[in-house]
Amino acid sequence: MSANIVTAIYIAASVLFILSLGGLSNQESAKRAVWYGIVGMALAVGATIFGPQVEITLELMLMIAVGSVIGLVVARRVEMTGMPQLVAALHTFVGAAAVFIGINSHIAPPAGLAGAELIIHEVEIFLGVFIGAVTTTGSIIAFGKLSGMLDGKPLTLPGRNILNLIAVLGCVWLGGMYLNQPADWTLYLMTAIALIFGAHLVMAIGGADMPVVVSMLNSYSGWAAAATGFLLGNDLLIVTGALVGASGAILSYIMCRAMNRNFLSVILGGWGTAVSSAQEVEGEMIATDVATVAADMQDAQDIIIVPGYGMAVAQAQGAVSEITRRLRAQGKSVRFAIHPVAGRLPGHMNVLLAEAKVPYDIVLEMDEINPDFPEADMVIILGANDIVNPAAQDDPGSPIAGMPVLEVWKARQVIISKRGQGRGYSGIENPLFFKENSRMLYGDAKASLDQILTSLG
Amino acid sequence: MKVGCPLETAEGEKRVAMTPDSVGQIRKLGYECLVQSGAGAAAGFDDDAYEAAGASVVKTAAALWKQADIVVKVRGTSAVEEKHLRADQTVISLFWPGQNPDLLETFKSAGSNAIAMDMVPRISRAQKMDVLSSMANIAGYRAVIESGNQFGRFFTGQITAAGKVPPAKVLVIGAGVAGLAAIGTATSLGAIVRAFDVRPEVAEQIESMGAEFLMLEFEEDGSGEGGYAKPASPEFIEKEMALFREQAPEIDIVITTALIPGRPAPKLWPAEMVALMKPGSVVVDLAAEQGGNCDLTVADQIVTSDNGVKVVGYTDFPSRMAAQSSTLYATNIRHMLDDLTPEKDGQITINMEDDVIRGATVVHNGEVTFPPPAPKVQAIGKADAAPKPVELTPEEKAALEMEAHRRAGRRQFGMLAGGGLFMLLVGAYAPASFMQHFIVFALACFVGFQVIWNVSHALHTPLMAVTNAISGIIILGALLQVGSDNQIVMILAGISVLIATINIVGGFMVTRRMLAMFQKS
Repeated sequence: MSANIVTAIYIAASVLFILSLGGLSNQESAKRAVWYGIVGMALAVGATIFGPQVEITLELMLMIAVGSVIGLVVARRVEMTGMPQLVAALHTFVGAAAVFIGINSHIAPPAGLAGAELIIHEVEIFLGVFIGAVTTTGSIIAFGKLSGMLDGKPLTLPGRNILNLIAVLGCVWLGGMYLNQPADWTLYLMTAIALIFGAHLVMAIGGADMPVVVSMLNSYSGWAAAATGFLLGNDLLIVTGALVGASGAILSYIMCRAMNRNFLSVILGGWGTAVSSAQEVEGEMIATDVATVAADMQDAQDIIIVPGYGMAVAQAQGAVSEITRRLRAQGKSVRFAIHPVAGRLPGHMNVLLAEAKVPYDIVLEMDEINPDFPEADMVIILGANDIVNPAAQDDPGSPIAGMPVLEVWKARQVIISKRGQGRGYSGIENPLFFKENSRMLYGDAKASLDQILTSLG
Repeated sequence: MKVGCPLETAEGEKRVAMTPDSVGQIRKLGYECLVQSGAGAAAGFDDDAYEAAGASVVKTAAALWKQADIVVKVRGTSAVEEKHLRADQTVISLFWPGQNPDLLETFKSAGSNAIAMDMVPRISRAQKMDVLSSMANIAGYRAVIESGNQFGRFFTGQITAAGKVPPAKVLVIGAGVAGLAAIGTATSLGAIVRAFDVRPEVAEQIESMGAEFLMLEFEEDGSGEGGYAKPASPEFIEKEMALFREQAPEIDIVITTALIPGRPAPKLWPAEMVALMKPGSVVVDLAAEQGGNCDLTVADQIVTSDNGVKVVGYTDFPSRMAAQSSTLYATNIRHMLDDLTPEKDGQITINMEDDVIRGATVVHNGEVTFPPPAPKVQAIGKADAAPKPVELTPEEKAALEMEAHRRAGRRQFGMLAGGGLFMLLVGAYAPASFMQHFIVFALACFVGFQVIWNVSHALHTPLMAVTNAISGIIILGALLQVGSDNQIVMILAGISVLIATINIVGGFMVTRRMLAMFQKS
């Protein structure tokens, strides 16, 4: 296969990747979109392998075969609730690959580079390795936090911003030295610093901000691929990397906007350290029981369910789906309200509900459903907290002031299924629980819902 | 401890303070329940039902008073009952301590505790034990039903083969709980309902129940403490009377519910108004016990005026619906016991630090604790006047939109100019081979930005998985290096191929799994 044909196939692959991302604009075309991506990838990899620059060896085929099998097994095995962890873990691989390729390019640089081209090449190596390293360790930490192996709380070292700044400046300084004299130790030292920097960066970010972090790491992995593309002079890598980088960046931006947070302050970690005077909440939480909820459910006509991370943790989506099915069979209106940052991944709740076979046309976004809350007879909140906190609108002193929230308290009755009296990820009190029309249903969401299902009979 | 419920001794009282349902709930708090034989009979609960719920049925009142540590009642204690009182016994009932100072003395000398359900402060968290509201709700409903009984016509307007029937016009005066319940009942029966209240802030509640609020053009706020009304000024009353005079000839049914705490009921429907009404019209006076809102009212009787208007002065509306009112009353009592038993161990704790319990407890450990101090929590938050959103004229809106467009245009132009400048800068220094790649890069970023904005929210997780899979394209780099002569390079490149493949295959598989699950109903 000649180099020109390879390039032609690369163009086809780029177009397919763009179509693949664009196809995700709705559920029906999305199924086709994945195939565009798969075909694009197959073309790109196939053209490269059979192209003039690569020699096919047994080892190479073995690597690809083993990788494919591992990938298949992992993807088959993973629970839908474990999706955030898996995505984070996969980012690690891209980051690591970028680091290795960068180092390789340092060890065996292409021949015939001189002057500005050489400098650019060295910058590319340095940048590619840096981004790759940050992505690698950042993703490992994100994986740890999402899977619960690491504490979800932000790690706030004293002067962490200074530490980060020193790390970045140190890398820049090492980069300067590397450009003067490409010594091994400067590159390796920078790699080490970048690895620590990536870990520290994500350690400092709390669990509630994980959706942003995951999409940010997604973006980084794209930029790492693009940097590698520059390094190797491969346009397909550049195009694809840029696509992924841009998409991750926009996704992070959308997330931040949904939380009314500044992107920088999310990345630099933790809720604003000075939690200003949040209003004291007066009143008491009124508990209810399963039988009452089930009876009220029979009386209600218009029911809205608000799932949150608690539903994912309790694996309650199946029970929710079954209750929804029964209630709908009785002619009631049952809908789902999804806040953009519910869960630990953007769109997390949608995926879980889809897994449980909840039809997607009754799953609505915040902006679509907010005007309907005043007419709802009953709102059921499953392990969500901050995204239904009225303090975001009422209390300018609240740390989440200004964040758009689901206006559930306008409904006639609000049932909150919750494990205990604890607070949400942001650690702030939720006045919703103290409202007159709120009832607390304590206990594991799945256990409660299963009992309700039995009572519905 | 034992909670006992005797048969009500007041004449005509059919309610009972404990129902089989509430027995079950009270037993959950750790109490034993005693019920006097026949206590619930008038409300439709027989002894067997109580026994089935786990209560012990006691033959006589004397035995019950002897055994019970806590006695729950509807009407305050009678002279006979007071003889049974002993120290450390607690009685929970309606007491009206303001009107019955002697009763407090009796409890004081007996050393017993008296908890007056009518003294529960009207704050949000005490609503679950607010018997006045639950009884008023019933009274309001029953007032409409009773008026319908006396009224010779339909509530709804009907056009039938036998002629046209005009709808009944109902006027509700005083939009407290009873008034609002009456409005709701009358509206649902099909009547045209108008309502009046001296507190302008209830207009919204009246309208939400489906009645028309009669506005009085007068600058005076009749709201007093605790959500009740306060006495009005003479000028105000004059205006009010003028309004009623205008309404009286049209109205078929008047339901008056106006009460001012600690005073006789205001005379809002004087004889003059009754005289203006059509024959056959009905006035139901829910304030009859406090002297009545209507001049003609006689407590517990129906009086017919000279012009044939019936004035209903019953004072026992809740008792006339004993089954319903007992259920609600018993639930209120049960909530009170719930609050009195914080440990759920069947031991009563009268915590005088608690606003609600403090307010309701009128005699405690041989001391009269009435009247209570003002509650610490404000009863009803003063509504802040929210600034009204300014209505924009179409021209202003258009101007605003234009302005927004212009701003967006300026921003876009600025970004283009900035970006262009940056490109120029890069172009000036970077070598040609780099620029070739750079143009590809810049365009790809741009396409990425454009495409991603359209991805639906619900698909963000699949998007992430797909982009993740696609970022496995980095495998190309590894493939190009794997043929290197350098051993280390080869190994590193080999590992890269392996992990990038995991990423690609895993990413796409997972995305497919996710998308396959999205289905339309």
